[in-house]
Amino acid sequence: MKPLRALALASLFASAFATAAVLKTDPAKSSVAAVFKQMNVPVEAKFKSFSAAIDYDAARPEAAKASVDIQTASMDLGDAEYNREVAKKEWFNTAQFPKASFVSTSIKPAGAGKLNVAGKLTIKGKTADVAFPLTVKTEAGKQVFEGQLPIKRLAFNIGEGEWKDTSMVADEVVIKFRVTAGN
Amino acid sequence: MLFCYSFVLVSTNNDLTMQRYSLPAIVLHWLIALLIIGTFTLGLVMTDIPGLTPTKLRYFSWHKWAGVTVLLLATLRLLWRLRRTPPAYPAAMPAWQGRAAHGLHGLLYVLMFAVPLSGYFYSLAAGVPVVYFGLFPLPVLMEADPALKPVLGALHYWLNMGLAALVAIHVLAAMKHVLIDRDGIMGRMLPFSTKQGVTK
Repeated sequence: MKPLRALALASLFASAFATAAVLKTDPAKSSVAAVFKQMNVPVEAKFKSFSAAIDYDAARPEAAKASVDIQTASMDLGDAEYNREVAKKEWFNTAQFPKASFVSTSIKPAGAGKLNVAGKLTIKGKTADVAFPLTVKTEAGKQVFEGQLPIKRLAFNIGEGEWKDTSMVADEVVIKFRVTAGN
Repeated sequence: MLFCYSFVLVSTNNDLTMQRYSLPAIVLHWLIALLIIGTFTLGLVMTDIPGLTPTKLRYFSWHKWAGVTVLLLATLRLLWRLRRTPPAYPAAMPAWQGRAAHGLHGLLYVLMFAVPLSGYFYSLAAGVPVVYFGLFPLPVLMEADPALKPVLGALHYWLNMGLAALVAIHVLAAMKHVLIDRDGIMGRMLPFSTKQGVTK
């Protein structure tokens, strides 16, 4: 894994220098969470560890690029025992798939402070094309990107075997995110 | 209607004419008793299941629905209790027994509220609001609080242990009245009426 990670880091830096516009993420003011219903009870689970690389220039939004890596083992359901359970094979299989990722393929302006984002979402080794709206605003000199991406968990094999029962855990999951980044 | 029901006079062969509890009081007593025993048992079973399974999650939901039901019925019961004075104890019963019974009943009332409420807030602290029967979202009165969660969990557990102890004393006392004193006092709370095997 080490050389791979080094390669990934190197390519990240390379792209950063190439465009010189990748914003620095402020982890304290950024969050990614999955919201879903369990027997109709809304539950929110935060991903405590993720990184985002957003290349965004308000003057040229169509040239923007974004990628997000989420450490699947960092999902926090508010209970240590449950956190260990969702790392297992039937759920995220974090041993084999330590991260989920999103890479944008197109970002288009859609009115003031709004962007339409399309890209590829990879979870548990499965990649799907997704599209979602995003809002951008400036807060204390930094850009705040906020949005929600609804997905179907079963399309990514999240919850196998007896957990396929959607009356227990709904298929619909909304990935809620807020990324604060600046120069 | 329940509200029109009046006291029924029960005579025992002790030649005591004892008033029974009103029908709503009797129905609520036994309904709550069954629910408390069931919910308590389910609580022990579900927390004993290791890891995470659909059955475990299902039991947790049922436990919460049952607990909320106890809370609702306990509210009705308290309102009814405040409207209706329960029948007096037989004159032959020592005064200290009356005071002890009264004190115990008071504590049971407190725990009928404290146990489900502590569970409700424990669930909220864990970030899991209660959706009654999976249909009616109940008020989210506080934010998820990881620091408060274990405190409320322990509180819920020990209030339950206290309730179990008091219920045991309550049942033993009732058995004493049936088997030793044979004073027909339990007949006041039995769902079926009239003379029930109080023999000397």
